[in-house]
Amino acid sequence: MRVRAQIGKVLNLDKCIGCHTCSVTCKNVWTSRDGVEYAWFNNVETKPGTGYPTDWENQKRWNGGWTRSASGKLHPKQGSKWRIMANIFANPAMPEIDDYYEPFDFDYDHLKSAPDMDAFPTARPRSKITGERMEKIEKGPNWEEILGGEFSKRSADYNFENVQKEIYGEYENTFMMYLPRLCEHCLNPTCSASCPSGAIYKREEDGIVLIDQEKCRGWRMCISGCPYKKVYYNWDTGKSEKCTFCYPRIESGQPTVCSETCVGRIRYLGVILYDADKIEAAASSERETDLYGAQLDVFLDPNDPEVIASARRDGVPEDWIEAAKISPVWKMAMDWKVAFPLHPEYRTLPMVWYIPPLSPIQNAAQAGQIAMSDQMPDVRSLRIPVKYLANMLTAGDEEPIVHALERMSAMRLYMRALSVDGVRDEAIAARVGMAGRVIEDMYKIMAIADYEDRFAIPTAHREQNEQGGDIRGGCGFTDGNGCSTGDSGKTTLFGGKKKPFALPTETF
Amino acid sequence: MFANLDIDFIIFGIMPYAALTVLVVGSIARYERDPFTWKSSSSQLLRQKQLFWGSVLFHVGIITVFFGHLIGLFTPVWVLDALGVPHGLKQWMAVLIGGPAGLAALIGATILLHRRLTDSRIRATSSFADITILALIWLQLIVGLFTITQTLQHMDGAEMVRFMNWSQSILTWNVNAWSDMVDVHWLYRFHIFLGLIITALFPFTRLVHMISGFAAPFRYLLGRSGYQIVRSRRQRPLEERRDAFDARQAKPGTTVPTAGE
Repeated sequence: MRVRAQIGKVLNLDKCIGCHTCSVTCKNVWTSRDGVEYAWFNNVETKPGTGYPTDWENQKRWNGGWTRSASGKLHPKQGSKWRIMANIFANPAMPEIDDYYEPFDFDYDHLKSAPDMDAFPTARPRSKITGERMEKIEKGPNWEEILGGEFSKRSADYNFENVQKEIYGEYENTFMMYLPRLCEHCLNPTCSASCPSGAIYKREEDGIVLIDQEKCRGWRMCISGCPYKKVYYNWDTGKSEKCTFCYPRIESGQPTVCSETCVGRIRYLGVILYDADKIEAAASSERETDLYGAQLDVFLDPNDPEVIASARRDGVPEDWIEAAKISPVWKMAMDWKVAFPLHPEYRTLPMVWYIPPLSPIQNAAQAGQIAMSDQMPDVRSLRIPVKYLANMLTAGDEEPIVHALERMSAMRLYMRALSVDGVRDEAIAARVGMAGRVIEDMYKIMAIADYEDRFAIPTAHREQNEQGGDIRGGCGFTDGNGCSTGDSGKTTLFGGKKKPFALPTETF
Repeated sequence: MFANLDIDFIIFGIMPYAALTVLVVGSIARYERDPFTWKSSSSQLLRQKQLFWGSVLFHVGIITVFFGHLIGLFTPVWVLDALGVPHGLKQWMAVLIGGPAGLAALIGATILLHRRLTDSRIRATSSFADITILALIWLQLIVGLFTITQTLQHMDGAEMVRFMNWSQSILTWNVNAWSDMVDVHWLYRFHIFLGLIITALFPFTRLVHMISGFAAPFRYLLGRSGYQIVRSRRQRPLEERRDAFDARQAKPGTTVPTAGE
């Protein structure tokens, strides 16, 4: 057993209102620079839809994630190390910026500087790359907002696999949900595995996956390697960038910007202890539907004395062990089994999990159109097909999704009985294999979602790994290396200062 | 010596040392001081069109030509003789391998140069150095291919051996070697001059990615046992930390667990 800790995340899709506050605050903090205007470390997609970049879930096209060979070994779907090296001159699976969208701004200045004209002046779009006029904007970061566009195009959505999708194009049967997406900070990331420079790494202390901007050489294999298309190539600096999980905030015990500003309070952050020795076997599970369960087995119970002893021995700080015990992520993923990894079939063991949304049922159910079982609506007849959610969250296995939706549904029934009738109906809880007390805790964390219930983030122990004197007079957080802006034209040849400490690196 | 200070002495006697010094010192300084700028500057994201054929043809061709020059020029003549390779045969090999490779590189470079100059996105994001270095390499490939017309007129290998001797004299500090280059055809002389210019410009352009490119297979294929990289900010590796922890636990009276270090 090799115990490591990671700050994991859960997004409760049942409560996402699609306001995009997460995306906008993230953009303002991280990607409001040249070269990454098109990049959204966090974006919110309307599903069903092909998403951003278009068709990102189609791994036949983009070759993201891992492939399990006949011998049971894993290699990146885009090829083993030799194949990746052979593609270094031109990456055949890399999206073009038009697959995201050509970044643009509007010519606002024209509104006030236009000469006296017969027609009212307008602000026309200009490309942020070339500065030229764009006659037609073909795509944007959220092109399918609230089911925008024809169903025929949106239904290319990969999650419709094995779903009779035609009927969902009809107005009466249509459904939608939001899917906020960010880097998954995987246990088995394909981006880092694909990097010939070794620039992408996972941090031992908190599991955050980062790109070393000094070591990245712009070989761009990570972009095709990441099945979630969450590594972006900065066309200005020539380096890849990705969600940093707001590590400067996490280190000081604050939630990420997207989580902090989430209006719907859908985002949860907490410590998950995991066994690093089990990662490879879990990711190599034979059947894709086993991957979800295999990942649950990688997680370690923070209340198990044996786990605690091993964690201490492996250097997990005491306050991190304590935080793991109250982690909302642990509760939702492990105790209640309502949260699921996004596309576990990519074999990356993602660490940003999702609670599937319930969809409208009540009125139809009361009108007798929806099957009821034991007073509870049959979640299989919800508007959003269970198969669709299963394709997204459990590699197509419907059972765990049904189980989670039933528990969420039972939570509503139980709480209605409690608040309307004043009755603690243990029978409802028992039907989904829970106790009323647990359901009330679930309600407090998932429905009320107070700030301190959503975030249990221990601070980093920087006092143990760096000397204050060494970093005095440093440049703090910069986009480039040390004090450099990354612009070779403006940098003095002998300016700046190298980092004074060496980082032990481990490969496996 | 300074009585002979003419243009040939400067180009073939002094410039190689100046260019190599700039190459080495400049590259080290850039790698040390500003590793963030060390990159391939790929423009594939902005436009895939023309990139695949342009880049693959160019790179495969130029890498062949690069190592052809390196091995061809810097293999000592006595090694050739010891191996029993006739000089004429070696020259034929150079023409037959270098010719097609150079042609592939030229076709690729032409596609890439066309793309860089005419594609609005690539043009707008190109720096002066990006365009200059590509144009210089393109010109160098043309000149290099034209030297074949001269080479074919003397296939005994004697001229080639002169270039080998000159190249190797640079490394052996034979300062009089420049006089060998005075009476060779101007195409060769121009080719060498351009080569030295490109060498000197190396650390100030995107060409630095060559070093990373040559290093990548070794680091990625040989230097990394598996696929994943985990970095620790802790001062000691896991095994040492475990041993220290066990030692602390073994000592009586110190059962209080300490936080990880």
